[in-house]
Amino acid sequence: MTSEFAVELRDVVKRFITPEGNEIAAVDHVTMQIKNGEFFSMLGSSGCGKTTSLRMIAGFEWPTEGEVYIEGKAMGHTPPYQRKVNTVFQSYALFQHMTVFQNVAFGLEMEGVKESEIKQRVGRALEMVQLTGMERRKPKQLSGGQQQRVAVARALVKTPEVLLLDEPLGALDLKLRKEMQLELKALQQQLGITFIYVTHDQEEALTMSDRIAVMSKGRVQQLATPVEIYERPVNKFVADFIGESNFLEGKIKSISKDEAVVHIPALNADIRGMPMARDMVNGEEVIVSIRPEKVRIVESGAKTDGIFKARVMNSVYIGSDTHVYAELDGVRLKVMEQNRISRLDPSSFYNKDQVISLLFLPENTLVLKKD
Amino acid sequence: MLQRLRESKSMQGALLALPTTLWLLVLLIIPLFLTLVVSFGQRSPDGNVIYSFTLDNYTRLLGYNTDCPAGQSSCFDPLYVNILWRSLSLAFNTTVIVITLAYPLAYFIARATPKRRNLFLFMVLIPLWTNFVIRVYAWMMLLRKEGAINIALGWLANLFNIPFAPLEMLYTPGAVLVGMVYEFLPFMILPIYTSLEKIDNSLYEAAADLGANAFRTFLRVTLPLSMPGVVAGTILVFIPVMGTFIVSDILGGRQVILVGNLIQRQFLDARDPTFGSAASLILMVMTLIVTYFYTRKFGFGEEIVSA
Repeated sequence: MTSEFAVELRDVVKRFITPEGNEIAAVDHVTMQIKNGEFFSMLGSSGCGKTTSLRMIAGFEWPTEGEVYIEGKAMGHTPPYQRKVNTVFQSYALFQHMTVFQNVAFGLEMEGVKESEIKQRVGRALEMVQLTGMERRKPKQLSGGQQQRVAVARALVKTPEVLLLDEPLGALDLKLRKEMQLELKALQQQLGITFIYVTHDQEEALTMSDRIAVMSKGRVQQLATPVEIYERPVNKFVADFIGESNFLEGKIKSISKDEAVVHIPALNADIRGMPMARDMVNGEEVIVSIRPEKVRIVESGAKTDGIFKARVMNSVYIGSDTHVYAELDGVRLKVMEQNRISRLDPSSFYNKDQVISLLFLPENTLVLKKD
Repeated sequence: MLQRLRESKSMQGALLALPTTLWLLVLLIIPLFLTLVVSFGQRSPDGNVIYSFTLDNYTRLLGYNTDCPAGQSSCFDPLYVNILWRSLSLAFNTTVIVITLAYPLAYFIARATPKRRNLFLFMVLIPLWTNFVIRVYAWMMLLRKEGAINIALGWLANLFNIPFAPLEMLYTPGAVLVGMVYEFLPFMILPIYTSLEKIDNSLYEAAADLGANAFRTFLRVTLPLSMPGVVAGTILVFIPVMGTFIVSDILGGRQVILVGNLIQRQFLDARDPTFGSAASLILMVMTLIVTYFYTRKFGFGEEIVSA
């Protein structure tokens, strides 16, 4: 390995001209460094620039500005067939006129690998994705999951330094998707190569990734580990996009390194939480974010800081959890409670108009910059 | 009856196929049968058919004459065999040239932006708005001695002070070939375009990703996936070229006689429907044989990916 980073994007911009003639930046000054052997995800909704970024690494698109580096080498306008990366396409892009074997062998043939070696390596690749015995089938004769495996085998047989995966599980049903997530992750750990994975499914990204780049509007919003992304989102977009969150608008009353006191006008009360940015100042307009599962419903009557009386508007039993929607001085909050005790007694659930007490612990409450 | 029709899918199918079946029966099967019967007949001196069973028409076509020069009981006359062979090779050459011209154009159209694609397809189809015969006459205007091409060449020669004599292009095999290629080009462009257009862009990207350059991608991915279009186009071009007589009539004059012209003349000029029928059937059999071997090798242009 010549470089610490498998792939690096330095200040990359990609502009497109829309059919209407407008110029849009699909990728807008993106910088990221993807380490060797890492499972790296780019997460965001459609149009956030994740797929365009991936395509620039693969070489299907060239940056308008900035540079893509693979193994420390600037790629410039290097065509895809000269890059040491391979792609698993969203639609699999299997060659329908070839058998499974021919599909997987294609990349090796292009390299001029000897026939006996091709046979051996294709065999091993198919074994890796558990498709031994399917060599002579055509892609149309396979299920969606099997086609997906062929696409993975076809890319991996080339032993790339980096495997690029563009929403590879998007077309599969939920159960199969979960299975494939674990399989892909296991495969990545076993092979020790870098995976760059594009998805819009946050759960998928959280499950599989070592690090995630959350993207929106062509920019990287946050690049961090799954735990950091979920527990310490840097802005409202990330807090909102990953998981669910309750947001309250307010103004900083006092601030130290670890704690900020925020006055919430809607509640006419102060809430204490952790500041998520270093450059916050007194009087700054901020957003307080608290996850539904981190709001605690406590015995009414307790009179400590951070306890608010709320009225139940609706409660939904969803098996493992109960979701309680409560109203707090005109502000709607969502609270998630785990159903830790098995019971059929409906009175144990929260009824409409029942008054409950909600506890916001400072360590569960995040103070975010308003963007 | 109505109740049964409502329930039975096969009866519904039969009913839907009935009009076409009747049409084909009256206008294809019965005439074909009559042609077969007539082809075994003899021509009466006044040009009527005497129904009998003789293979004379066929042996004459294949060159074995019964009325030979004195002293010979049988002799070989290659006149008609040559015509058949000329038709076959012209159809073959036309098809090959049409593929060579149509494929790059279809490829170009298929890879254009959707808006321009429609414009190009429109341009391919525009000539078909004019009558077939008129289009062939247009070529006559271009190719004849005082035609547009010779005028242009003469003007150019004059410009560079080169001596120039008008080219004899009309009434040559080349003129017929040019006319055929022109007439049948759209029937090759469209099916090839259709199968090229269906190829997803991600397949080209996958090939590039796996290490194939543009040339190898074309050979290994584009070409095989567009073969159904080439096959369909070949069938659409080869068969009509084998039988058509208008192009050779107008652009070939008396110089280029094809089997189509032979048949036409037997019915209209020579008034020998028995010989004309035999020639028609030989043409049909030849076309069927070629098509049979061709489709056995390449299929009918259906999806090669079907499981």
